[in-house]
Amino acid sequence: MSVIGSYRLRWRRKRLLARALLRRRDLRSVKNRTASIGAEPILLFATLRNERVRLPYFLRYYRELGVEHFLIVDNGSDDGSADYLAQQPDVSVWSTGASYKASRFGMDWIMGLLRRYGHGHWCLIVDVDEFLIYPFCETRPLRALTDWLDASQIRAFSAMLLDMYPKGPIQDQPYREGQNPFEIAEWFDSGNYSISRNWAFGNLWIQGGPRSRAFFADRPKAAPALNKIPLIRWHRSYAYVSSTHMLLPRGLNLVFDEWGGEKASGCLLHAKFLDTFAVKAAEEMARGQHYAESREYKAYLEGLQEQPDFWCKWSEKYINWRQLEILGLMSKGNWA
Amino acid sequence: MSLGFVMLCHTALDRAAQVARYWASRDCPVVIHVDKRTPNDQADRLRRDLADLTNIRFSPRHACEWGTWGIVAATQEAALMMLRDFAEVRHVFLASGSCLPLRPVEELRDYLDERPRTDFIESVTTSDVGWTIGGLNTERFTLRFPFSWRKHRVLFDSYVTLQRRLGVRRSLPSGLVPHLGSQWWCLTRQTLSAILEGPERAELDRFFRKVWIPDESYFQSLVRMVSSSVESRSLTLSKFDYQGKPHIFYDDHLQLLRRSDCFVARKIWPQADKLYQAFLSPDAAAQPRAEPNPGKIDRLFAKAIERRTAGRAGLYMQSRFPNRDREHGRTAAPFSVFEGFSELFENFETWLGKAAGTRVHGHLFAPDRVHFAGGAEVYNGALSDSAALRDYNPRSFLTNLIWNTRGERQCFQFGPDDNQKLTQFIAGDPHAQISVISGAFAIPLFQSNRNFGEIRAEAARLQKIESEFLQLLRSNWVKARVRVWTLAEFIESPMEPLQTIVDEISPRSMRRLTEVPRMADLAGFGQFLQNLRNQGMQPVLMGDFPAGADLPAPGGRRARPYLVK
Repeated sequence: MSVIGSYRLRWRRKRLLARALLRRRDLRSVKNRTASIGAEPILLFATLRNERVRLPYFLRYYRELGVEHFLIVDNGSDDGSADYLAQQPDVSVWSTGASYKASRFGMDWIMGLLRRYGHGHWCLIVDVDEFLIYPFCETRPLRALTDWLDASQIRAFSAMLLDMYPKGPIQDQPYREGQNPFEIAEWFDSGNYSISRNWAFGNLWIQGGPRSRAFFADRPKAAPALNKIPLIRWHRSYAYVSSTHMLLPRGLNLVFDEWGGEKASGCLLHAKFLDTFAVKAAEEMARGQHYAESREYKAYLEGLQEQPDFWCKWSEKYINWRQLEILGLMSKGNWA
Repeated sequence: MSLGFVMLCHTALDRAAQVARYWASRDCPVVIHVDKRTPNDQADRLRRDLADLTNIRFSPRHACEWGTWGIVAATQEAALMMLRDFAEVRHVFLASGSCLPLRPVEELRDYLDERPRTDFIESVTTSDVGWTIGGLNTERFTLRFPFSWRKHRVLFDSYVTLQRRLGVRRSLPSGLVPHLGSQWWCLTRQTLSAILEGPERAELDRFFRKVWIPDESYFQSLVRMVSSSVESRSLTLSKFDYQGKPHIFYDDHLQLLRRSDCFVARKIWPQADKLYQAFLSPDAAAQPRAEPNPGKIDRLFAKAIERRTAGRAGLYMQSRFPNRDREHGRTAAPFSVFEGFSELFENFETWLGKAAGTRVHGHLFAPDRVHFAGGAEVYNGALSDSAALRDYNPRSFLTNLIWNTRGERQCFQFGPDDNQKLTQFIAGDPHAQISVISGAFAIPLFQSNRNFGEIRAEAARLQKIESEFLQLLRSNWVKARVRVWTLAEFIESPMEPLQTIVDEISPRSMRRLTEVPRMADLAGFGQFLQNLRNQGMQPVLMGDFPAGADLPAPGGRRARPYLVK
């Protein structure tokens, strides 16, 4: 990349950081427990809206992995999400009624919090329907992974979004509060992901999976991106460019090996396709607050009219991380 | 006689205390060195925690930056303290704060009692060392390293380059033969005191102060000058990865460590509660010992390194996306591409599937949709038959298909009417077997009921595309197994090429082909080509078909090519 090119990116990064600072004014602290954070914490950052029913399992899952503190932005929930979160001993909540879209789909708010509380710490940036799977996650806590990343001098850890879906129409099996969503959405596509390199930012661009197959078969370019870098030892000079798909400085996007080897990586199991989805899609469509004129939700709603069933003969049933590793969706790298 | 431990600690002092207590309470004196950079309160707490044990000493603290003299200085002082304070000690074992004894210390003591004069230290001459990272072997001794590798990498590297260019070399002290080896050793009192109290120690220390990573060479070299019986291996199980940092053991390694048969392992993750519990509990000795299988650990870590450096061939994923020609295999498994066969033979796909016992697809890259075997709409790995999805990233489509069907050979039809974007990629892939009957694209046109003007234009278009493909296949960088026949050549004796191809696909079957595919009726094809010529198009890829004359093999709709017996 030319000197001018990298200079432009530098300014882009500075602009993103400045935006995040400005948008911090949107946030109103509901419950701030950040003073109780220890010396070497693992922090989780998320933005949400009306996810009350998902929260108990979400918090339990990440607590068990070893997340020490949750920093959550509540974007105008009216289902009691904020109150529920405020009662939790390890959660800090900020609330805002401002536009999700104007905040770069929540990223400005999150980056503001990251700058303030995440500097120098391992930070996990996920949505409430994303569940991190990494090598050995059944036997080793998240701390083991971050310690190993530190020892290997790796700053960022990649985890591809893996869309999970139930067998049969998604309305058929209702989700109960506290339930493991993958008891319902236990299927996934194992090998239909298209990957190309985004030279401007040095990241990989991954698309595919059931959404691409069912909703975007005739316009694959519009299919949602699945590459994500959710776990980072944050530095206040870092910036997320587009959701958690890519970062600046560009070096952070090099989570893949270019010389034939495999770096360690994980997966974010995506529990989007539960019975709650139809309601959500209609609501989000009406708000028009999502990426690219909510075209994703538009496509979903069209698809949802005909009772979609992502399941096909070749769907894989989720077992554990080793299965994902064997299928080539994630890798142990040299972690043994 | 007794065994003493020198422990070098810098973090997770609570774990170090646990291990030190284990040793000390089993009558093995321990001298602990705590890194000077560790906060004082932590060091004080360690001292307090172990205050009840009389056979534990703390040696003066040095700053131990990786790769510098500090570690050796700390070791020297702690070892001297051990020799001075505990006269009954015969063997001194150097361990770190993240070490964990895997076998009861009594077993280790018995083992050493049987070998009272042996020094256990890995010590290899620099020319024979294969494991150093960064290429510094002999130069560790002959160059100077005033800059920190961790903090000032650029200075470090450029100073090394400068010295190489100027040809600056330090001279070695007389009698010293540089040896390298693992930092963790177990030496006898005689050897250790000879090294530490030798008359030349001041001179040698001065030299080693400027050697790069002296902790891997100081004792390893000097032991060769004083010891009569060196056993060149470490009693500490310690594995290094490709970057030269030690592998870490976690709870899930418990069984593996139990069967390793080693006395001490490093490095243990400080929060591996189960490991510490299992190996330090008082009844650890009483537990039934599993059959020793030390090779398993080696294999595990060797595999991990291979996964990181070589990866899985043909896999493209979030953390493996090789640059061109760095793939170690573009695709995961061999596959076959057939051009012109399904045009010439009526039931080629079914026939080949049966004859070679594999999966045979139609035109995977056809413009309308992906023609998977059996007309499937979704295929292995949930690949869609949408042409738009496939054409969005044809390379991912093909590599996914081959990866998803590992263990089952894939064959597919290809033709000039198909998406040609991937021809270069396939031609450069040693896994590809490409068989082409050139000019066969004309057969469907010949059989079609279209206006001749249209046919002529289509034939010209397809011929142009196929010529380009054939030209590509003749390039010198092609790695695929390529076979090309002209249509005329092929129909003259079709069985031999078919047999060769089938043998190559399923080499073990060694069957002669009994059933043969039915060839399209080509009566009048020569005239058809002549008509194209008459219309001003030059069909060149089909080979020599005499205009109007009968075909070389007797035609007839139900005719079958003859069998090679």
